[in-house]
Amino acid sequence: MAKYVPNLPELKKELDEKPSILKGNHSQKEWWDLPVEFREGNWCFPGKPEVIEELGFPNPRKWAATDEDWQLPEGWQKTISDGLKSRLKKYRSLKLFLDTCVRCGACADKCHFFLGTGDPKNMPVLRAELLRSVYRNDFPLVEKILKGFSGSRKLTAQVIKEWHMYFNQCTECRRCSVFCPFGIDTAEITILARELLNLIGVNNNWILAPVANCNRTGNHLGIEPHTFVQNIVSLVDDIEELTGITVEPTFNRKGAEVLFITPSGDVFGDPGVYTMMGYLLLFHHIGLDYTISTYASEGGNFGFFTSNDMMKKLNAKMYHEAKRLGVKWLLGGECGHMWRVVHQYMNTMNGPADFLELPVSPVTGTKFRNAAATKMVHIAEFTADLIHNGKLKLDPKRNDHLKTTFHDSCNVARGMGMFEEPRSILRNVCNSFHEMPENTIREQTFCCGSGSGLNAEEYMDIRMRGGFPRAHAVRSVREKHKVDSLVTICAIDRASLTPLMRYWNPGVTVYGLHELVGNALVMEGEKKRTEDLRENPMAGFEDGEDDEN
Amino acid sequence: MKKILMPVVMVAVLAIIPYVGVEFLKLDYLFGVVIPYTATALFIAGFLYRIADWLIRPVPFRIPTTAGQEKSLDWIKRNRFESPYHAWEAVARVLSEVLLFRSLFRNTRAELHKDASLAYASDKWLWLGGLAFHWSLLVIVLRHTRFFFVMVPGFADFLDHADSFFDVTLPAFYISDALALGAITFLTARRFFDAKVRMISLPTDYFPLFLIGGIVLAGILMRYVVRLNIMPVKDHMLQLMHFGFDPPGQIGTLFYVHLFLISVLLVYFPLSKLMHMGAIFLSPTRNLCNNSREKRHVNPWNSDIRFRTYSEYEDEFREKMKKAGLPVEKQ
Repeated sequence: MAKYVPNLPELKKELDEKPSILKGNHSQKEWWDLPVEFREGNWCFPGKPEVIEELGFPNPRKWAATDEDWQLPEGWQKTISDGLKSRLKKYRSLKLFLDTCVRCGACADKCHFFLGTGDPKNMPVLRAELLRSVYRNDFPLVEKILKGFSGSRKLTAQVIKEWHMYFNQCTECRRCSVFCPFGIDTAEITILARELLNLIGVNNNWILAPVANCNRTGNHLGIEPHTFVQNIVSLVDDIEELTGITVEPTFNRKGAEVLFITPSGDVFGDPGVYTMMGYLLLFHHIGLDYTISTYASEGGNFGFFTSNDMMKKLNAKMYHEAKRLGVKWLLGGECGHMWRVVHQYMNTMNGPADFLELPVSPVTGTKFRNAAATKMVHIAEFTADLIHNGKLKLDPKRNDHLKTTFHDSCNVARGMGMFEEPRSILRNVCNSFHEMPENTIREQTFCCGSGSGLNAEEYMDIRMRGGFPRAHAVRSVREKHKVDSLVTICAIDRASLTPLMRYWNPGVTVYGLHELVGNALVMEGEKKRTEDLRENPMAGFEDGEDDEN
Repeated sequence: MKKILMPVVMVAVLAIIPYVGVEFLKLDYLFGVVIPYTATALFIAGFLYRIADWLIRPVPFRIPTTAGQEKSLDWIKRNRFESPYHAWEAVARVLSEVLLFRSLFRNTRAELHKDASLAYASDKWLWLGGLAFHWSLLVIVLRHTRFFFVMVPGFADFLDHADSFFDVTLPAFYISDALALGAITFLTARRFFDAKVRMISLPTDYFPLFLIGGIVLAGILMRYVVRLNIMPVKDHMLQLMHFGFDPPGQIGTLFYVHLFLISVLLVYFPLSKLMHMGAIFLSPTRNLCNNSREKRHVNPWNSDIRFRTYSEYEDEFREKMKKAGLPVEKQ
């Protein structure tokens, strides 16, 4: 693994000394003349043939990005050009975004990959131009008369390599679209460009293996139902040991009021499992009538990083299962892209959800009218409402061993607009919370650098660079306020910010928001708490302290 | 350099064509009647075609870029214009982009300093330059309506007065002319000197700047230097407005240069990025409400996808599920 991680002193030296257009050094070459070089750490392993076959995707084969010949299928140019044409017909967004750009450059230095690599083709405008230049070639006459006038070019195997490199150095975070005067959203272009690449078998195993797993077993990791249950049961045991409370989650139970769905990373991955423990404690605390499904056991949706049809296919399980179990509404856990899908796509793709009811909090009676059609409520909305109505017994001092800051996840920020709910929760469950600089939070938040299915080990070089702006913002609050805890509401963040912090800011630990809720919850009948959910000692709650006083 | 020289040469050649055509070949009618009519027709047809071509394509998903707090709980203050919930809020959001360049106002400049340190500074120059450019052009175009109507429209008179507030030259100096030229110079210089923008710029980005610059310069020369007789110009424009086909009267050649470059701009407009004028109203990341969880957005081509149903899943895992104590549909 370590071989894919860039050497830190060397990377710092590169950032300090290497000339780049980010620092104002003019490029000697035009962008289309710059070479595309695959080397260790800057490409994800392609989809394994058996995974591709299971999904019924085209062109299964063994290949690597460093190969000279990518074994593209016969007639691939036509596949791409037909694929582009059909998508231009189906998406006004794509057509508008390809037509409209005036290359004003407002987006140029807004991309975390550009800030971390200095690579000109990571300026969002040029990323889009990689596709736009081929799209423009539809007017060959103009190009013949005025060669080079509109910057169009032919579709070659080299262009495909370039697409593969740079549409996988975009995490679909939409930061550029906030600054674009026309709202051009590079995420939209990347999403459709990746769809095109998948048509000719240019793909990423770290995305497609979870897709295949999720389709078959219900979750990304391919965990079968009995193991899924076992894992949660072991978390139940851990909770009992720590708090003396036995929480009782149910599985696939018909007639529950609420179906709870969270990314499977919360069930299996460290540190996601601690967030899961937080949910379980919370639901027990308020006596929520809920169930967890092993069939729809994945909140995340890597189909979203593959093709919109695959996104729909995987997402369909949520409503299908809700209907079978006869629940009233859905509650969703902390996740980034899951919430972009739920908020902006789910009801359109797989609705209408007429068989569900308007979500109402059984504890506070609050009607979640903003989810009246989709019938799925975000756990942060749900918990913020509980706290606001004084329904939780919380002791924020139990998080006094943590000095926190909050990372807005891109999708929740720019694809949903949720900023205040998590902050309101955080302020109520801990006493030390410091915001990162204003250009790096809320709608201007920086991606972790590993979103949209780029969380692969072999991609560490690019991930550590892409995460640099986020890490740098954390560094500033670490220096100013001694912040040591980075709180997030995204499963990919929890998995990817952990190595990012280890790399750039050792000593900063990544937490899920509901893990801190779990720490702070004063449960009825609990035993004396001295440790947080990670079994780390809590400040001011050391053993025996009470007796001595 | 080629990226800049090519459009410079193009605009120069385009300016010489009517000069030669009128001065030496006496093609007044071609440049004064035929080309302006053709160009205007192509502009209107082309513009409408491009808009229609966008409008016929569906918007399958509701994808606003949310740059402010969503509407959720009653006690959380939502941001009406950065995360619109009602249609009028989305309209206001789009208008703030069109009239005030809201998103450009947010612009920052990222700088990479020593010790791998990033700094962000507010950078409003692009916003200011863009705003000066577009607004001064709008004022100039509206001012020109005085040539198109027998009775000068009230707003044109008003603009004329306001625009010539600094009454320092004869005829009175227009602020908008100076602003337009200044903004064009700034926007061009920015494309050339900023390393990032130079790299992304294409000849098709410089060309309209130079073309519009040429039009403005020709206009300024007519007004202040050559002092063109304005009456035959207005007579000619009035008869064009009434779809007349009479040949133009005695008008200086510079006018034809001005008019021809405008004609080129009109033809070029629908073929180019200048269509952002229409596109800005249609952008789905700006003109849609962030209410997709409350009101279902309908996708007209919603793909028919077969997904793996629960019963298929249970069929594969039934025994394991039973062993784990999970309820099953079929024994």
